[in-house]
Amino acid sequence: MAINWFKYSSPASFYSLSGKMVPIFMWLAVVLLIAGMYVGFFVAPTDFQQGEAYRIIFIHVPAAWMSMFLYLVMAFWAGIGLAFNTRLSSMLATAIAPTGAMFTFLALWTGALWGKPMWGTWWVWDARLTSELILLFLYIGFMSLQAAIDDPRRADKAGAILALVGVVNIPIIYFSVQWWNTLHQGASVSLNQAPAMATTMLTGMLIMVFASWMYSIAVILKRVRVIILERESHTAWVAELRKKEAAR
Amino acid sequence: MIWESWSEFFAMGGYGVYVWGSYIVTFACVIGEVLLISNRRRTLDKHYGLIHDSNKKETDNETTS
Repeated sequence: MAINWFKYSSPASFYSLSGKMVPIFMWLAVVLLIAGMYVGFFVAPTDFQQGEAYRIIFIHVPAAWMSMFLYLVMAFWAGIGLAFNTRLSSMLATAIAPTGAMFTFLALWTGALWGKPMWGTWWVWDARLTSELILLFLYIGFMSLQAAIDDPRRADKAGAILALVGVVNIPIIYFSVQWWNTLHQGASVSLNQAPAMATTMLTGMLIMVFASWMYSIAVILKRVRVIILERESHTAWVAELRKKEAAR
Repeated sequence: MIWESWSEFFAMGGYGVYVWGSYIVTFACVIGEVLLISNRRRTLDKHYGLIHDSNKKETDNETTS
């Protein structure tokens, strides 16, 4: 049986499909969050160097990873929308931005609260921290630019260009700890070497990473559904949907 | 078990402010985001209700006139 994947690039079918997916991902996020917090606070041992302060890692690293990853996904869909003029792709990019900005803020916030006891300062203008701050400004810039343009399709195009240019910042953030001398420690987890932490700490962190993924998917789908309704309000299928809802 | 008591748990070895400051703000952001989206949806639904009704009236008028 052939599945017609292009069916889901239509806002109408995507709207009904994503409606079924939101609760699934939200529940997965809640379950993983509880599991991750349990491992993080009750199974993972005290760190021999940092004491209990290291437990910030269970938020800090997932938030920082999501902030970069979501930017790439946002730029990807914005680019697809720009290249192929697909409405849904651009709506998805618009829906990702606030969640990406939130994770960027959380990475910076938890980083400051971790930096104070460990480095003795909330903030330093070093490569890692500064490039992550620039990421926050890119997200805010993307959202403000789109909000400032009345015509949604033009806003999509302008935002896409900004998002695509900003992609250059992602490798800078990722490799900043190697390219420059920085206060920030190097990668704790990488593909080509053993992780530099205890197994239970790593387990807890990875569960929290999966929880953030599930949360992001749920919340972004939830937001894109509202955006679809806002933008497609003039169409026949939305009118049909409203009628059905009113009849219920 | 790592913790001897709840007070030890909340103290986080003297780093309580930093650890809980991170977690509380994170949860506030997450819950806030979900509420904001629900609110946006509700506003839209209300708005639609109005548009829907006015459309209805318009069509009613058209048929009567």
